[in-house]
Amino acid sequence: MAGKEKRLRINARWCKGCGICVAFCPRQVLSLVKDKVRIQSPEKCIRCGMCEMRCPDYAIWLEDIDETEENYG
Amino acid sequence: MPSTLIEKYIRESHLPHIWCAGCGNGTIMRDVIQAIDNLGLDKKDVVIVSGIGCSARAAGYMNFNSIHTTHGRAIAFATGIKMAKPHMKVIVLTGDGDAAAIGGNHLIHAARRNIDLTVVVFNNSIYGMTGGQFSPTTPTGEFATTAPYGSIDPNFDIPELARAAGATYTARGTTYHVPQTIKLIENAIAHDGFSIVECVTTCPTYYGRKNKKGDAVKMLEYQRDNSVSVAKAKTMTAEELKGKIVFGELYVDNEKPEYTKEYEKIIEIAGGRSDE
Amino acid sequence: MAERKRALLQGNEAVVEGAIAAGMRFFAGYPITPSTEIAEGCAKRLPEVGGRFIQMEDELASMAAVIGASVTGTKSMTATSGPGFSLKQENIGYAALAEIPCVIVDVQRQGPSTGLPTSPSQGDYMQARWGTHGDHPVIAVSPSSVQETYEETIRCFNLAERYRVPVILLMDEIVGHMREGIEMMSPEEITVLDRLVKEDPEQAAMPYDIVPGEYVPRITPFGEGIYYNITGLLHDNWGFPSTSPVKNNRQTTRIMNKIIKNAEQIEKYETDGVDDCDTLIVSFGGTARSAEAAITIARENDYKVGLFRPVTVWPFPEKALSEICDHVKNIIVAELNFGQMTLEVERIAKGRCEVTHIGKVNGTILKPNEIYRLIREVSR
Repeated sequence: MAGKEKRLRINARWCKGCGICVAFCPRQVLSLVKDKVRIQSPEKCIRCGMCEMRCPDYAIWLEDIDETEENYG
Repeated sequence: MPSTLIEKYIRESHLPHIWCAGCGNGTIMRDVIQAIDNLGLDKKDVVIVSGIGCSARAAGYMNFNSIHTTHGRAIAFATGIKMAKPHMKVIVLTGDGDAAAIGGNHLIHAARRNIDLTVVVFNNSIYGMTGGQFSPTTPTGEFATTAPYGSIDPNFDIPELARAAGATYTARGTTYHVPQTIKLIENAIAHDGFSIVECVTTCPTYYGRKNKKGDAVKMLEYQRDNSVSVAKAKTMTAEELKGKIVFGELYVDNEKPEYTKEYEKIIEIAGGRSDE
Repeated sequence: MAERKRALLQGNEAVVEGAIAAGMRFFAGYPITPSTEIAEGCAKRLPEVGGRFIQMEDELASMAAVIGASVTGTKSMTATSGPGFSLKQENIGYAALAEIPCVIVDVQRQGPSTGLPTSPSQGDYMQARWGTHGDHPVIAVSPSSVQETYEETIRCFNLAERYRVPVILLMDEIVGHMREGIEMMSPEEITVLDRLVKEDPEQAAMPYDIVPGEYVPRITPFGEGIYYNITGLLHDNWGFPSTSPVKNNRQTTRIMNKIIKNAEQIEKYETDGVDDCDTLIVSFGGTARSAEAAITIARENDYKVGLFRPVTVWPFPEKALSEICDHVKNIIVAELNFGQMTLEVERIAKGRCEVTHIGKVNGTILKPNEIYRLIREVSR
């Protein structure tokens, strides 16, 4: 799942602020700001995909950089 | 654009889904579509059937032939679909109340027939949609709006109930053990016969709050810290297993005949021609 | 003309033959007197024609399985009697709201509760109309002979497909267990309506979007690569739950109107001597046979008596009866209950003539003499 060609994406509209991704991220990349997930420290991300696997709302995921055009945010 | 898996199988215009913050139902729904994707099933032949309750809302989000039926009757609707079109993969998404209380009779009889349905039970140990009443899987002594002094009802072990009734594939996953649960659902769908996967999920809003289990994170940590694999459970005593969630494949029987295949023989005996 | 097969059948057996002739290929049921012969007949006959039968664990499950099979495009039926008819009601409402064609046979027995399982009744007349909760459309048909049972069963399937409603074949124990010689039509003589679908896949993905000028949705069955949702919640044109008052009103009104606006195509009735009668007998199902015999006796005794026999009992053939109400003095409603169709007849008569009920609730049939006595009484 890891690899430099991927990066984190967020759809804040779908985020309900449960905090699961923040708590289970092994590198403390994420935080909650006003009940929405935020990528606080992108440089620490090891692209393990734990957040995508645990998010019950599909609000955060790893995406291939090549296919990326714009961020939701 | 959401993740490719969500884009492929979820009706994203209907998101965000209705489930509460921290509810595990979204995780189980993704486990199901991941399992379907891993198996490479033709969507045309997949039917998603649900009953009533929080879990039942999953059907509407899933871009398949989807039918959201009446409370407790999902397995009975699914039986009609499977009988009419035996080549179809019929997957029932249900909850603990839907499957084991109001729909308990359909569960045991579908298991008895060994009809090729896959039942995924979203077990949150509570009636969520109606606001937190105790269900047949609420552990004895725990609290709910209809058990304000603690429940005196003993609780069902759903996979064990199904196995005793004749199911030929039973398993348990949790919302914490995602990769393992996906594999269990995959195996259940691939199994030729009645299969059931109970997925232990979190309801922080009602079950969690009523029983002081903490937020969604705490409840997932509880699953992590209190689950044991089937293999490990075999080495433990009954006393040690008390309060533990045993996850993995619980029972597999590949010998018992599947119901719709048996019916094909009836058609042959009667001199009819099956369109299957 | 192609050759017709003659047979000596009981009403319940005629249901099975009619259903198979209409294309029924799935039956789910649960044993209950006095309808069980229908399940037994389907168990034997369906596999012979490549169809499938299942005996479910209960009445609720059999109704559910019937709807499940129907969403795949398979014509489906269940059969029951009073207690089972009560148990099926929730899912009948589901079929009405989600617009899933199906046929439910209710061979009426004396109730309420377990009542008299082997005795005739027509006590489910109102339940056939209003059995499930909420305003909902329904069609109910009540045959009076074995031949008519065979033909009306075929019509029930066609009505279910044409209007996408649950259709109740409202039998009674009299007709269900009566044996009569019948002629079964050859396949060429039988009109079988198949499910209407939309040709354009993009349109088909919006299953509840109505073609202009129609009231009934064209819904592609499951399994043909059109992905949509079916739900018992009030829903939008895609089949997704809706809480919009505008959409909800439009949907509920349309499903009611598809029957109301097409009532004259759905209605069916038989009349005899209604143009110059003083007294009109309204009767249906097995009881109409006694009514016919009573009328014969009455005419022999110079009473001017006519018969109005609704075959479609819901929607009631209102316009036809209303016209007769303008010139008759008395109406006698003969039915095996405490006065259910009588309420409908009184509503239509609007006080233009006397409406008298004659019924029985003791498990025996109304005898021609009993009806004749009342004819004499009201004619005084």
